[in-house]
Amino acid sequence: MSLDNLIKVGMADLNVAHHTGVLKTTGLGSCVGVTLFDSRTKVAGMAHVMLPSSDIAREGTINLAKYADTAIPELIARMEKLGATVNRMEAKLAGGAQMFAFAGNNDTMRIGPRNVESCKEMLKKYGIPIKAEDTGANFGRTIEFNCESGVLVIRSVQQGVKEI
Amino acid sequence: MNPFVDLADFQMDVLKEVGNIGAGHAATALSTLLAKPIDMLVPKVRMLPFEEICESVGGAETVVLAIFLRVEGDAPGNMFFIIHLESAKNMLQDLIGLEVQNEETYSELELSALNEIGNILAGSYLSSLADFTQLNMQPTVPSLAIDMAGAILSYGLLQFGEMGDQALLIDTKFLEGENEVQGHFFLIPDPESFGKIFSALGVGAP
Repeated sequence: MSLDNLIKVGMADLNVAHHTGVLKTTGLGSCVGVTLFDSRTKVAGMAHVMLPSSDIAREGTINLAKYADTAIPELIARMEKLGATVNRMEAKLAGGAQMFAFAGNNDTMRIGPRNVESCKEMLKKYGIPIKAEDTGANFGRTIEFNCESGVLVIRSVQQGVKEI
Repeated sequence: MNPFVDLADFQMDVLKEVGNIGAGHAATALSTLLAKPIDMLVPKVRMLPFEEICESVGGAETVVLAIFLRVEGDAPGNMFFIIHLESAKNMLQDLIGLEVQNEETYSELELSALNEIGNILAGSYLSSLADFTQLNMQPTVPSLAIDMAGAILSYGLLQFGEMGDQALLIDTKFLEGENEVQGHFFLIPDPESFGKIFSALGVGAP
């Protein structure tokens, strides 16, 4: 893998790729990395979702990539422009950890699991099957999605490297 | 669309002073604990995009040891005490004479000691701040994690995430001697807390 075809996805960001390239996002904690893949047209997309729902947004112009309920539709739309079809798409999820354990967990502390739930709900709405996931627990993850093979590589400090 | 972009210089100075007082007391506490002089740099108060906040501790993938606690009370916020891994080991050696057994992993005792250090430091940071502002501020029980900086810090940015893609943080770096112990104090007040801090200190809210 050369660095030329590495496509970075930042925090609260999304990106798509066609045929070649590796989509990468680093340091997923409570955030969720969602990847969508249409294996026939080799169109891939990745979103780094930070919050479950845009209902709580208090910003003027919403950053669509930040919220689960807006990022997934936007990602699908961007992929369709590259020739993907929604009913061929398959999803993979990683992240949504609970980094810190507290007694008396409030909603903010449960943000990881809530992000995962919200992503799954959106995927269900579009009828996109979840092919694999590595979510929850209490560690950070860096993910790389290969746009040719559809393989998602997950790295973490404690668990090493894993492919799903 | 961020309410803090137009923060006036004097308001930035007030926040710098907040960092100065809080971190100053915490550095003194650390110095007493380790029986060694601890230096701190002038606090930086910056409005930074999320990505750059991670860069300030070495990048989203850098593995750091972080003690996180939530500030509750009149001016809620998030606080991180971040130490690089080698520094944490040095600190343990100084404090309780623990020999570094393994660079990679930490024993129960080591983690507990670090958690307690975090507790003491955060406590002194906050109590001096509460005295200064006359605001009620209480730390939650600290929680420790060793992981990628991005994964850890994003936790403290959620409240800002609802408002934009940037966060205002008060960053104080401290060093011991040449380079043995290096760390950061991050105080990230919730967006709503700035007004309260400013009015408590008698300067106009933004």
